[in-house]
Amino acid sequence: MEFGPIWRAALRNKTGIVLIVLQVAFTMALVINAIAIAEERARLMARPSGVDEANIFHLNSSGFAADFDAKLTIEEDLRQIRGMPGVQAAVQINSIPLGGSGWGMGLKTTPGPEIEGVPTTVYFVDEQGVDALGVELITGEDFAASDISWRMPATSEWSNKTILSKDLAAALFPNDPTYGVGKIVYIADTQPMTVVGVVDELQGPWSGWDNVEHTMLVPEHLWNKSTAYLIRAEPGARDALMPRIETLLADREQGRIVRDMRTMEETRKNSYELNQALINILGTTIAILVAITTLGVAGLTSFNVTRRTKQIGTRRALGATRTDILRYFLAENLLFTVIGVTLGAVLAIGINILLVEAFSVPRFSWYLLPATMLALIVVSQLAVLFPARRAAAVPPAVATRTV
Amino acid sequence: MLRLFEYNLKLAVKNIRRNPILSALMVAAIGIGIGASMSMVTVNYRFSLNPIPQKSDVLHYIRLDNWSADFPFNEGRNPPNQMTYLDATALLRAKHAYRQVAMSRSTLAVEPEGRDERPFFVDVRATTADFFAMFDVPFRYGTGWGADADDAAEQVAVLNTTTTERLFGDDNPVGRTVRLSGQDYRIVGVIEDWEPMPKFYDSSNGPTNSGEDIFIPWSLVVAKELPRAGNTNCWKPLEGSGLQAFLNSECIWIQFWAELRNSAEREEYVNFLNAYVTEQKALGRFPRPLDNRATPVMEYLREQGAVPDEARVLLGLSLLFLVVCLLNTIGLLLAKFLGKATEIGIRRALGASRRVLFQQYLVEAGIIGFTGGILGLGFTWLGLEGIEMQFADEEASRILVMDWNMALLAVALAIIASLVTAIYPTWRACSVQPAAYLSSN
Repeated sequence: MEFGPIWRAALRNKTGIVLIVLQVAFTMALVINAIAIAEERARLMARPSGVDEANIFHLNSSGFAADFDAKLTIEEDLRQIRGMPGVQAAVQINSIPLGGSGWGMGLKTTPGPEIEGVPTTVYFVDEQGVDALGVELITGEDFAASDISWRMPATSEWSNKTILSKDLAAALFPNDPTYGVGKIVYIADTQPMTVVGVVDELQGPWSGWDNVEHTMLVPEHLWNKSTAYLIRAEPGARDALMPRIETLLADREQGRIVRDMRTMEETRKNSYELNQALINILGTTIAILVAITTLGVAGLTSFNVTRRTKQIGTRRALGATRTDILRYFLAENLLFTVIGVTLGAVLAIGINILLVEAFSVPRFSWYLLPATMLALIVVSQLAVLFPARRAAAVPPAVATRTV
Repeated sequence: MLRLFEYNLKLAVKNIRRNPILSALMVAAIGIGIGASMSMVTVNYRFSLNPIPQKSDVLHYIRLDNWSADFPFNEGRNPPNQMTYLDATALLRAKHAYRQVAMSRSTLAVEPEGRDERPFFVDVRATTADFFAMFDVPFRYGTGWGADADDAAEQVAVLNTTTTERLFGDDNPVGRTVRLSGQDYRIVGVIEDWEPMPKFYDSSNGPTNSGEDIFIPWSLVVAKELPRAGNTNCWKPLEGSGLQAFLNSECIWIQFWAELRNSAEREEYVNFLNAYVTEQKALGRFPRPLDNRATPVMEYLREQGAVPDEARVLLGLSLLFLVVCLLNTIGLLLAKFLGKATEIGIRRALGASRRVLFQQYLVEAGIIGFTGGILGLGFTWLGLEGIEMQFADEEASRILVMDWNMALLAVALAIIASLVTAIYPTWRACSVQPAAYLSSN
């Protein structure tokens, strides 16, 4: 391809070239960094919570009456909920996976306040906890009904048993193939708990927390006026069950308010709302940006064709074929787009370094660079096709006309 | 002069119409660029607003470093973000500042008087008497309570307008009672709508949180063992069990603010805090080196990262986006004007002065820029609406509001953008040498 003449022709309008090259370069830099951010958020959102999201829902029950009996209500609520057809399992729980509020603690394998604990969130559940969450016990045993005790408000005593999530167990007992089952961990600096079992993935309440995969189950009921129930329906039964359970609870005991009933799917959506919003905003931005740049490239070529109509006619009159003319404009575009995306690659890396340093945005994957370069070149070539075909259609007779 | 402008305007419109699609693209690019960047500027601006400009210099958030010697709070960068019960009550009792408040959040059930109405939950701020005067809370009816009500843990309440209207319609409820979780509270005041943005006085609960529904004396939290909402953070296990053990613990759950009217008062107060903590050290508390702070509102908000990282990243990207859009339009205008070099050359040769031509092309470019700017205002609004649609919670709408400042900034940005786009291509077009284009014809 005859880049020489294209280059010399271009030098007659240096600013025009600089503008288009810069535009392509900035577009490239923006697109790559936007994709990198969106990709990272999408990766976070793709992590499984570990629970049976499709069939779980949860609600809060908050007693307010002076004579409200928390223990009696919870026991009777659970008995009735568990007796409902369509309920697979139900449990009183202190917080909901991805629910946004919870109880953080530190666990240690050596007791003492001077030892740094491994951070985790605590789920207080009973013997139906593992089943209700729909998590898989990969080793050890589940809680038995006899393990469950009642936890008074502001108590400092802990049960002597716990089930850990796999990630927490691995952090506490690295290189232990049995995940520490049967061993002792210490909570509240010095209180021993025996690890009776380990469940596969189970996320904590905060999706944005680094230690979201660290969770522990403790076999205790909370003696609390305000509490949550997490209910796992049999497949397909969830939607019919939800209003029935809400009515059941609200009608059974007047001294409380039943509220915030949500499916686990809604809770997940809520938890990742900001991530989803960011992905949508960035996606829209990329689409508009590429559209503007593509149309801009097409428009620029279009103006150039108009300006050069006479020269095109002259070339045609001197024997250039339509294909020659078409190729000329495609080659011209190719030259400047390639310069643009190359400069863009440098800019993209520069901006990425800034973002990584200031906002812990991830470094983008290397393959994004060639992929985006190629995509922009292809799109840009397609964009000039239309005005270039107009140029190719210029008849040789134009050369003989004056203004 | 006016006739000339009119003539230029006519010519410009005619020229613009000659390439309707490309003219639309130039206008749209400026509009979208301004829309994208202005919506992100607005979001950042809203997050970094001064919530209480008249008093932000005198209101100070008070923090004491009571954390663990082995594992300092926030890796020792700043002291714990809330206070223990022991310290909050001690500082309240000392009354060492001009005004001071200790407070925490709770949720209580309101039981309406009518039988048909179901009880509902409200957000409650338990706080001390100075709260209303300190934060300039406007009252519709009545007033706050006095310090004696704090001391006696009196069951009094101040309602916001929403709750008042829900319970009492348009009546003045001062003197009547409201039933909260099984207890009667005497209503002493109703505040006007008051939702400082960002919600600075309790940063543990998010800057876009809406204001509380009901305010009650803080001493009731302990006296009536009210449920606590908000964050509780402990570094040390309780010694024993029960409420008293919790109150005596190193757990932090209270926000403490002091009004210190000048730097002398501030300095004096920090000295007082240091003296208090040194005294406590003798009792075996406060194992860390002294780090006690009285931080003014804006400094505290900045330290807490009032503007989310996402908003700042998007702001940066949106400004780059604007640059691309402007480059796009400048490039297009330049190509278009250079296409007219022959025409310009002839007009120059026929005696049109450079100034006249400059004015004419500037009007054409200016129309494109200006229309784009106006469009940009629309796109800004659209952008904010679009972002708001991403969030189910109404709290997002408190951030996504364009006020007069932002509208004026958008107009200014539009004018600057149109000048930037117009001037260079116009200047290039007018520096055409007439002779170069006459020779071939």
